[in-house]
Amino acid sequence: MASLKALKIRINSVKSTQKITKAMKMVAAAKLRRAQEAAEASRPYAERIEKVVSSIASKVTVSDQTPKLLAGTGKDDVHLFVVATSDKGLAGAFNTNIVRLARKRAEELKGQGKTVKFYTIGKKAKDGLARQFKNDIVESVEPGDLGKLGYDTVKGWADDLIGRFEDGEFDVAHLFFSKFVSVLTQEPTELQLMPVALSNDNAPAGVGASVEYEPDEEEILADLLPRNVAVQLLRANRENAASEQGSKMTAMDNATRNAGDMINKLTIQYNRTRQAAITTELVEIISGAEAL
Amino acid sequence: MALHFELVTPERLVRSENVHMVVVPGMEGDFGVLEGHSPMMSTIRSDATVEIYASASATPEKITITGGFAEVNDKGLTILAESAA
Repeated sequence: MASLKALKIRINSVKSTQKITKAMKMVAAAKLRRAQEAAEASRPYAERIEKVVSSIASKVTVSDQTPKLLAGTGKDDVHLFVVATSDKGLAGAFNTNIVRLARKRAEELKGQGKTVKFYTIGKKAKDGLARQFKNDIVESVEPGDLGKLGYDTVKGWADDLIGRFEDGEFDVAHLFFSKFVSVLTQEPTELQLMPVALSNDNAPAGVGASVEYEPDEEEILADLLPRNVAVQLLRANRENAASEQGSKMTAMDNATRNAGDMINKLTIQYNRTRQAAITTELVEIISGAEAL
Repeated sequence: MALHFELVTPERLVRSENVHMVVVPGMEGDFGVLEGHSPMMSTIRSDATVEIYASASATPEKITITGGFAEVNDKGLTILAESAA
């Protein structure tokens, strides 16, 4: 059995761990509120731009002049996975879930004989994919603090991605991120980023009505499509920021509770050991006295 | 007699309200949008001012926006701007 002193040290060490996890939980809770607001605020724009893109796309006839971002490259051999995670760990299964989904989809596509490449956002995506797909990672960027990520940074990545797309480095781009549903639920999600995925089922309003374009369709599309990519990327990162904090909060809450349980268990053991020592001492004194 | 007007930036939904008229700084010149405007789509000059008239006689509220699009459809006017101040 462990000595009294060793138990005491152990209890104290668990107590300081508990203090740390508790502090981390509170920090995550504070950050979560802001991240959640940002995520929810970025949804309307992303939804509207998607609607505008699909309404304009349904009116444009596909020809050789149509931007690649809309029409695609005409092939579907090389897929690029844009995997967005965070730089930091200690957030439960948040990063793992995104990476796992990406890995699963990559294996499916590889099984069909396609080539899969990766563009990772965040250290954890890179680490998680490096073991299996080391040579397929074309680029890795690190966003730093997801909560402070601005539109300009994201636009830089989007421009890079679009450049690669236009150079024919890949045919289809998928975006992986974690959608923030609630503090307890975050859904790893896949989204087709390039070319634009057209959902024909929600046929845009005003079909048939002649729409005036200023300056003209081509120019609007040329401006709109890259913007759409950047906005979807930004949205994904906003969702990730909220998911990360939510996941971290839950994970740290669990850790704090586990530490509490452990302290209770160790305290009981400590008290028992102490009592045993006292009893032994008493027995020694009494039997010593009787022997006289 | 109201136009549904929405101004959205990547950061947030700035405005979503019914107004009388909005003057949009289009790439090829300003244009006013009233209710029942025919569908159109236009890019927006950067660093231009949107004027929002709550009613016909009201003084316009001015919002400066950078880059983006305006779309008019049967549901109203939507401006997607990069930023708004």
